[in-house]
Amino acid sequence: MTDPPYDKPLPVAQPESDRYWEGARNGELWLRRCLDCKRAYFYPRNICPNCSSRNVEWAKVSGRATLYTFAIVHRAPHPGCEADVPYVTAIVELEEGPRMATNIVGVAADPAALTIGMPLRAVFEKATDQVTLPKFRPA
Amino acid sequence: MKNGAPRLCSGRQVRVTTRDDKKMPNLKKLKAFSGKAAIVGVAESDQIGKVPDKSPLALHAEAARNALDDAGLKLSDVDGFFTAGYSTYDVAEYLGLQPRFTDSTSVGGASFVIHVAHALAAVAAGYCEVALITHGQSGRSDRARQPAHPGLPAAQYEAPYGIIGPPITYAMACRRYMHQYGEERTRQAMAEIAVSTRKWANLNPKAFFHDTPMSFDEYHNSRWIAWPFHLTDCCLVTDAGAAIVVTTPQRARDCKKGGVEILGAAEGHDHSIISQMPDLTMPFGRNTGPQAMAMAGVKHADFDLVMVYDSFTYTVLVTLESLGFCKPGEGLELVKGQRTAPGGAFPLNTNGGGLSYTHPGMYGIFTVVEAVRQLRGETGKRQVPGCELALCHGTGGNLSSTGTVVLGRRSQVTSDIEEALEHALDEDSSVDQDVGRRGSLAARSRERPPVDRAPSKPGRTSRSPRR
Repeated sequence: MTDPPYDKPLPVAQPESDRYWEGARNGELWLRRCLDCKRAYFYPRNICPNCSSRNVEWAKVSGRATLYTFAIVHRAPHPGCEADVPYVTAIVELEEGPRMATNIVGVAADPAALTIGMPLRAVFEKATDQVTLPKFRPA
Repeated sequence: MKNGAPRLCSGRQVRVTTRDDKKMPNLKKLKAFSGKAAIVGVAESDQIGKVPDKSPLALHAEAARNALDDAGLKLSDVDGFFTAGYSTYDVAEYLGLQPRFTDSTSVGGASFVIHVAHALAAVAAGYCEVALITHGQSGRSDRARQPAHPGLPAAQYEAPYGIIGPPITYAMACRRYMHQYGEERTRQAMAEIAVSTRKWANLNPKAFFHDTPMSFDEYHNSRWIAWPFHLTDCCLVTDAGAAIVVTTPQRARDCKKGGVEILGAAEGHDHSIISQMPDLTMPFGRNTGPQAMAMAGVKHADFDLVMVYDSFTYTVLVTLESLGFCKPGEGLELVKGQRTAPGGAFPLNTNGGGLSYTHPGMYGIFTVVEAVRQLRGETGKRQVPGCELALCHGTGGNLSSTGTVVLGRRSQVTSDIEEALEHALDEDSSVDQDVGRRGSLAARSRERPPVDRAPSKPGRTSRSPRR
């Protein structure tokens, strides 16, 4: 038995984001953090978007987050998503401050099941040998 | 406004990156450009809606020819060229055009409104004399679709989650608005906008939904696309082209229909992908609206017509708030009781909008096409009586970019504008928001109620034409 081929859009890592995607493959969430303005930011880039500093580091973060907003997708925007509808897309606010887009899993795709501000934790879903996607579920 | 440090759900204060908010360009210099160019031609392609037998470039070309005909100008008169979605050299070659000024600024549906601003600057500075802005897209029928570069942030960090396309990204912004201001209020406002916009489309023979009315029940019973969006919250997907011709005020006098003046213009953006939007309930119109109005020397109450990009019902709500027509969270009061429908106190999106008229993908240009026609008094059953001043506002990307222009008909307000402008230039660069350019005019000779800022009193909906 072989799995059906993965037919959803896949990210193409860039030199500045290799570490992020490598972390995800290892079940870890890594962010960039500025050593000058002390703020973490998403998405990874080598110059801080808040203060333009080049003095930035990689930091493994907790994976704890709260739900900032969400939508429930009923009409698939891509053939690869057709088997998944309805599914939950979301913006989450990480404990360290930045916001990122993701899916909420382990919960019904129903507005009544989702509360803005609800605590979440990161889970890691393997898509292919190269790509693992950080997603979130109720904590 | 709440851009400084809004309280988030966690209760923590989080700084939102809106570093540009306090930076307004030199208003004195901007004001000197007010009215230094005019729109002399506008048009759509021969057909709009379902046009499977024409390529997007063919739609550009048709619209260009039609807009030049509208102005009484020829392609050989054009020396400045502006487009988005394609490079200007692709479209100019197709048209047989060799411009001396070229601008491919491409920031989604706001682009073409921004091109009007750039055309004003280019014409006023002398880089070109006749500027042509074209648009053409086959959103419904295109045979070739280009995927975005897979390494861009949208492709890396959002598309893998099935976050693809505006219906999903705007739905997430809308859900946040509902959290802040109330789900039921928001839904009610969205329904009002969907129904009132359809009523305008029912008066526009070119509208996709010209013959199809919509009731509130039909709105609420429509299927979900991306909750909280019904199908009826979402704009159309059509094929269409449009074009605009801009020239000097002097040359405009010799054009077939005269000129509609570009009195104010502003542009900008504060993010690209939705997760990076500084405040999901307050798009960049918070800057472009006030700047364009300050440049024109007008205030909210002066407008006879407001045309905003209605990609979704939510977009209208949050755009009107960002532009300052009401306070954040109070959009419902502005649109309640069909105030924005035909005969209402706040004429809005009178062509039927992206929701019900046409929406090929980057709709912004159509706000200008309609405003110019309204200002010329050419719009038949949907004509706003005595329409002299209009605001057009485009939004692009994921609520990412905005462009605002203020358009007016000089023939009816010339002396007051000249007078007010000279007065304004004598002053410091700060703008008196209470007495705008038309404030003095309004104080002296106003005979009918303008579009008002606050909800109207009962009986305020009748509009008597001035002359």
